[in-house]
Amino acid sequence: MRALVWLVVLLVGSVLIYAEGGLPRLGDAHAPPARHVSPRYIERSHTETGTPNFVTAILADYRAYDTLGETTVIFTAGLACVLILRVQLQRPGRGRRP
Amino acid sequence: MGMLSLGALHYWLVACLLLIGLHSMLAQRNLLKKLMAMNIMQVAVIVFFIALAAKTGGTVPIDTPSIKQVDAYINPLPHALMLTAIVVGVSTTGVALALLIRLYRRYGTLEEPEVLAQLMESA
Amino acid sequence: MKTPFGSLLLDAACRLMVPFILLFALYVVAHGHDSPGGGFQGGTILAATMILMRMVHGQEHLWGLHRLSALRLACAGIALYAGIGLLSVLWQGQYLDYGVLPLPVSTARAHALGILGIEIGVVMAVAGVFVLMFDALTAWGEDD
Repeated sequence: MRALVWLVVLLVGSVLIYAEGGLPRLGDAHAPPARHVSPRYIERSHTETGTPNFVTAILADYRAYDTLGETTVIFTAGLACVLILRVQLQRPGRGRRP
Repeated sequence: MGMLSLGALHYWLVACLLLIGLHSMLAQRNLLKKLMAMNIMQVAVIVFFIALAAKTGGTVPIDTPSIKQVDAYINPLPHALMLTAIVVGVSTTGVALALLIRLYRRYGTLEEPEVLAQLMESA
Repeated sequence: MKTPFGSLLLDAACRLMVPFILLFALYVVAHGHDSPGGGFQGGTILAATMILMRMVHGQEHLWGLHRLSALRLACAGIALYAGIGLLSVLWQGQYLDYGVLPLPVSTARAHALGILGIEIGVVMAVAGVFVLMFDALTAWGEDD
């Protein structure tokens, strides 16, 4: 069992070592993540959204639908917590005074 | 391959974190330790993504009127994506903790071999 | 929590720190436009304040945010977020397109106000959910 665990870790480690060849240099301004759509966000987000903060403009304006999905995810997690633990949300018989 | 170059130091540190988390998740016997190892793996991936966003000599991604070149700001897109990833990680941890509480109430232990033994007995 | 940590030292430290943490949470949310911050960060700090009060004082100092209220707050937050999106559809825009809202300001300002609106929704949702999760995870042995 322990040998199997070490084998899996070695396998994933060798894949990670092999993948290092394709990485861009740290801090490279012409790497693929910094091209295509990111320069457009940097250039035009202040004039289009009136928000100097690029990260908030991306999160809440250009990709607002993803943020709606993320808020739904955390709401669902809270709901799942309450349902799994069968928490009483209000005392039984509360608010039924005549 | 540049294996020992400092240009990829961030990648080696992240790979070490990921492998530590992976090994702990597979080899630890306590279920709560497995959950913490999963959190370590999530942190490793998030840190790697944010390290990809760095630019040499770049400044924070807040628009200042005096700096106009695109390459003077670091890439804001991975930061926005990783905010979502952090929130999803928190949600997963919360639900997993609720499941662990139910398991502890039912079996009285959080050690995986004992839980499996009790499951085999009752099956 | 059933057995809060309360002691004299913790009580004094809590009274000293909580107003400033609340103010800082409001600052982080309101300055999401100009500095790093926004809805998720501010909502987490707000929830941390309420969790601190629960850990030190227990059930007497819930600040009116008992479990059902926390759930309603979270639902209201998401309803606000989705509602702003639906408002955009009512004015012939796309979903969550803030530019078509009929506000008497320029388009860029309308975008900024829409972003502020949904960040408030996110703060309500995140704070409500974290308080609800904390209450659920520490509610062991309560008239089960």
